[in-house]
Amino acid sequence: MAAEGGHGALTSDAYIQHHLQNLQVCKTESGEWVWNECAGNFWALNVDSMFWSVLLGVTFVLLFRSVAKKSSSKKPTKFQAAVEIIVEIVDSSVKDTFHGTSRLIAPLALTVFVWVFLMNLMDLVPVDWIPMAAGAVGVPYMKVVPTTDVNVTFGMSFAVFFLTLFYTIKNKGVGGFIAELTLHPIAPPTKGAGLIAAPFIIAFNFILETVALLAKPLSLSLRLFGNMFAGELIFILIALLGVWQLPLHFGWAVFHVLIVTLQAFIFMMLTIVYLSLASESH
Amino acid sequence: MDINMTLIGQTIAMIVFVWFCMKIIWPPILEALEERQQQIEEGLAAADKGQESLVKAAAEADEIVADARKQATSILDQAHARANEIVADGKSDGVKERDRQLGAAKAEIEQEANRAREELRGQVSAIAIASAEKILNREIDGKAHDDILGKLAQEL
Repeated sequence: MAAEGGHGALTSDAYIQHHLQNLQVCKTESGEWVWNECAGNFWALNVDSMFWSVLLGVTFVLLFRSVAKKSSSKKPTKFQAAVEIIVEIVDSSVKDTFHGTSRLIAPLALTVFVWVFLMNLMDLVPVDWIPMAAGAVGVPYMKVVPTTDVNVTFGMSFAVFFLTLFYTIKNKGVGGFIAELTLHPIAPPTKGAGLIAAPFIIAFNFILETVALLAKPLSLSLRLFGNMFAGELIFILIALLGVWQLPLHFGWAVFHVLIVTLQAFIFMMLTIVYLSLASESH
Repeated sequence: MDINMTLIGQTIAMIVFVWFCMKIIWPPILEALEERQQQIEEGLAAADKGQESLVKAAAEADEIVADARKQATSILDQAHARANEIVADGKSDGVKERDRQLGAAKAEIEQEANRAREELRGQVSAIAIASAEKILNREIDGKAHDDILGKLAQEL
């Protein structure tokens, strides 16, 4: 366990620290590229997160593309049937929530669901396997669950957030977007003595609605990140227990299967909900 | 745990994957799904239709069988009636023929009897004449009493 980290002292503290460290590359101010000395530098890249998330994304694309190529209305193969079940779940979720017509939203939901699911699923790989293998070939750090990296979840929620803004403006216009931010939840008076209070009410609405707007991507990403990070941390702590880790690991892994699926589904559902809110007037 | 460039990379990666999914994954799968749904729907409808026509055909067959049975019965009846008729006809023909032949036989017999009677009459008159001649040959001239004898022969 800790001994196999291949880095630093053999304390459990160092072991946990090591497991929570991303493999980073960045450009220093002096202009040279360095590995793993990037604290506080925005222009750093978490190579492991990017590598695993892109690998899993490509896995998703290739698997589903292979089904899409062969898909016909004839008798499906078992894998095709499994893929079609996922597609149907996503499709019915989208149709239940989103009533407009959009060619983007259903594929987006499918991608989000399967991709997040696969990334979460990496949590079930025993915590030492891949970092040990990486250590053996000279890579000092390797965090294999991309969704335990806050950058990854924020990256996805930002994409959703920009799409939300885009759809709001596309469907309601810039005026509609501004009205949404300023005229809710308290409608400002339009005549009489109350007119004096209108600017204050509008300002109040604006602050409230802006917070609500920004809270959406924040909560979306932090929910996923929090769940997966906590789950990963518990796996690491269980791995410290020596031989007792076996039953505990099994129990937590079984429970974690639920979290993995549930978090992926929640991320997908909220993506759909945010986008349908953006294209519906209330 | 710092926010860094990974965020941007991840956003780009997501856009690319979503775009792939939108272009090359989602449409063919959904198309196949919808096509199969339609096929299943059509298949079920066809099965229903088949069932319906089966029931109809069974009813029709029953009707045809019943008709045929009725027809057969009526043909049988007709045949019986015809047979009876033929037998009756035969009987009446036989009776007629018998009557006719009987009548013919009777007439022939009568004719024969008449003829015989005529002949007998002639012969009797000839005998009478001959015997009268023999008697008269001795006493009377035949010629003188010829008219009386002819009258006699006619009266016989």
